[in-house]
Amino acid sequence: MSKNPEFVKFDKVDKSYDGKVLVVKDLQLDIAEGEFITMLGPSGSGKTTCLMMLAGFETPTNGEILLDGNIISNIPPHKRGIGMVFQNYALFPHMTVYENLAFPLRVRKVEKDEIDKKVDKALSMVSLNGFETRMPAQLSGGQQQRVAVARALVFDPAVVLMDEPLGALDKNLRESMQYEIKHIHESIGVTVVYVTHDQSEALTMSNRIAVFNDGKVQQLSDPAELYEKPVNSFVAEFIGENNTFNGEVVDIAQDKCKVKLANSEILANPISVKSKGEKTTVSLRPERALINPKEKMDNMFTGKIEEVIYHGDHTRVRLNLLGSAEFILKVPNSTSNLELKVSQDINIGWSSIDARALDPK
Amino acid sequence: MSSETKILTTDGVPLEVSLKKAEKRNKIKAFLLVAPLLLFLLITYIFPIGEMFTRSIDDRMVTNMLPKTFASMEKWDGKELPPEEVYRSFYEDYKILAEKKEHGKLGQRLNKEKNGFNSILKRLFRKVKRNQIDETLSIKEQINKIHRNFTKVEYWQAIKRTAPPYTMNKYLKGMDMYLDEDGNIAQVSEDRRIHRILWLRTLEIALFVTIFCFLMGYPIAHLLATLPMKYSNLLMICVLLPFWTSLLVRTASWMILLQQQGLVNDFFVMIGLVANDSRPEMMYNKVGTYVAMTQILLPFMVLPLYSVMKTISPSLMRAGKSLGGTPFVAFWKVYFPLTIPGIGAGCLLVFILAIGYYITPALVGGASGTLISNQIAFHMKQTLDWSFASAMGLMLLTGVLVIYWIYNKLVGVDNIKLG
Repeated sequence: MSKNPEFVKFDKVDKSYDGKVLVVKDLQLDIAEGEFITMLGPSGSGKTTCLMMLAGFETPTNGEILLDGNIISNIPPHKRGIGMVFQNYALFPHMTVYENLAFPLRVRKVEKDEIDKKVDKALSMVSLNGFETRMPAQLSGGQQQRVAVARALVFDPAVVLMDEPLGALDKNLRESMQYEIKHIHESIGVTVVYVTHDQSEALTMSNRIAVFNDGKVQQLSDPAELYEKPVNSFVAEFIGENNTFNGEVVDIAQDKCKVKLANSEILANPISVKSKGEKTTVSLRPERALINPKEKMDNMFTGKIEEVIYHGDHTRVRLNLLGSAEFILKVPNSTSNLELKVSQDINIGWSSIDARALDPK
Repeated sequence: MSSETKILTTDGVPLEVSLKKAEKRNKIKAFLLVAPLLLFLLITYIFPIGEMFTRSIDDRMVTNMLPKTFASMEKWDGKELPPEEVYRSFYEDYKILAEKKEHGKLGQRLNKEKNGFNSILKRLFRKVKRNQIDETLSIKEQINKIHRNFTKVEYWQAIKRTAPPYTMNKYLKGMDMYLDEDGNIAQVSEDRRIHRILWLRTLEIALFVTIFCFLMGYPIAHLLATLPMKYSNLLMICVLLPFWTSLLVRTASWMILLQQQGLVNDFFVMIGLVANDSRPEMMYNKVGTYVAMTQILLPFMVLPLYSVMKTISPSLMRAGKSLGGTPFVAFWKVYFPLTIPGIGAGCLLVFILAIGYYITPALVGGASGTLISNQIAFHMKQTLDWSFASAMGLMLLTGVLVIYWIYNKLVGVDNIKLG
């Protein structure tokens, strides 16, 4: 079975609520069949609006949305056959778990026996068998969440939308639910469009992530690439931690460039700089900088420890380096632990490939 | 730890005792806070209802007037004419009443029990006043000679019926029934059954006003709950505006609007809906009552509905639609059931208020605007038959309680949400 790479297609979609500000600008996004795609971004970046347009609760101001090749912009939500999990689950409080799950089947006039079978199957998928007669209020947050997921899947929709479904859960539960949703996705192969502002959630769950900011997709790539190779400083800043240096390109070659900082120079990987004299922000992941590196590295500097923060599995060290007192290092707490003391001087090195010269902030 | 071991605090006091002590102060404080309200309710609500109840069944007047008669009547079986002894004690009681000039009240009261009693008692009074009755001879024979009605056993039975200090007569009268000579409940003749018409009319008007208020209030409340703040505030003011105007002013303005030469009729004629010479009557009939009462009671429907709708998350309707329900199905299966607590509260409120309304229907309802409350007011102010007014008031209250009970059975009072 060949998968349609353009199963869901946003084609030059614009959206404005008030006719003055564009919430979504010229969105071009293809979602493949069976893919788990996450729309990630800060609040107000337009990601939920995109989801609502796909669900049919908002209409695009311009452009078209296509589902399996058909334009759906003028199809009302109830005819789109798209399952949706809402932020606060939106379980019907006056119906039992069974009735909640049976709702999408009953409105589709499915036979009673068939409904029973499907509800049973959906409940076992989220391991909630035996909860049929409970009311939503009698369930814990995590259980309600699972019921909401089961309800969105019970009628075998082609696409399931999830709007920050784990936002109301505590950290541990959220993590276990992330895996659970991921496993459900893998086992039934439904196309999932997931919206979140939590980057770790996005990284663990998705096939691809679309980072939204200011109504635009900043980067669309798989989690590893997004983290390792952010294409601009917004993405670098938004995904994970990073150390930044603002400076000016003074020399540029194929895969290296020299960036002049306030009173020193570093070597970096030119990503979005093309020529000398350009302003740039260099981004470096904290775990890519090593203490006392054994090999020779093309960036070697000495910094003074300002603060040591113990984090359990790792230790975070704040350094005064190259005129910035906000340089963060992540040191894994392995057996060969180093003596790290405040106001001690240490040698730091990193490869120029990991220091990405991006657009200036 | 076994359940029998008492848990002690660190000071060695049993935990329960210590807890009670700690909470006692709070309990007293809480009670003192509500005490004024409790007292107020007791004085203005519980006590008057009790008073109304005693008044409505109180029938001690005759009992107090004819103490000896009733004492001697105890042995009388009530089938034949009473023995000399009863006649004599009745004569003695009556003589005392005549001296105190209270005989008139007795005549009126007994006349209600048996028609024609007043006139034969007046004859007796004249004899008593002129001392024409010889106490040494048989009183029975002398009284029987005054009027032949004294020889009829029904008249004596009527006296006996008034013996108990309490009576249900007022309640029976409120339902157009009475106790006949044999003590059976009987209907009054058909042309005199006015109360039953009033009860039915009151229920009918309250029911229809509730329905109209619901039909009009539901969409308004929904708009209020879903519109953006700046519009919903304006709409809320429009809904509450009637509250800020006197009831009489509102009723009067409806009279101006609805009369045959009024603004609404003028408008109908202007747009050609009706001919000028056949303007419909919209006032002094039920139409007027419905229109005016619906408008006045509408806020009582809108507010509870609004407060319930406000709590319903818009994502529920969206969920209903995204799961495949048409907008109507989503509304009917998801939204509507969730508003039932508000509907219950609103309908109950409007119905109970409507059932006791009387100024508005009296002013705009014409002849059909007389409701049971008007009748209560009439007996309070005109006939001064307070016990009858009390009885009808209590019947109204019972009716409301019955409706409340039915509502509780159907929907459950716990589900009422007023705000």
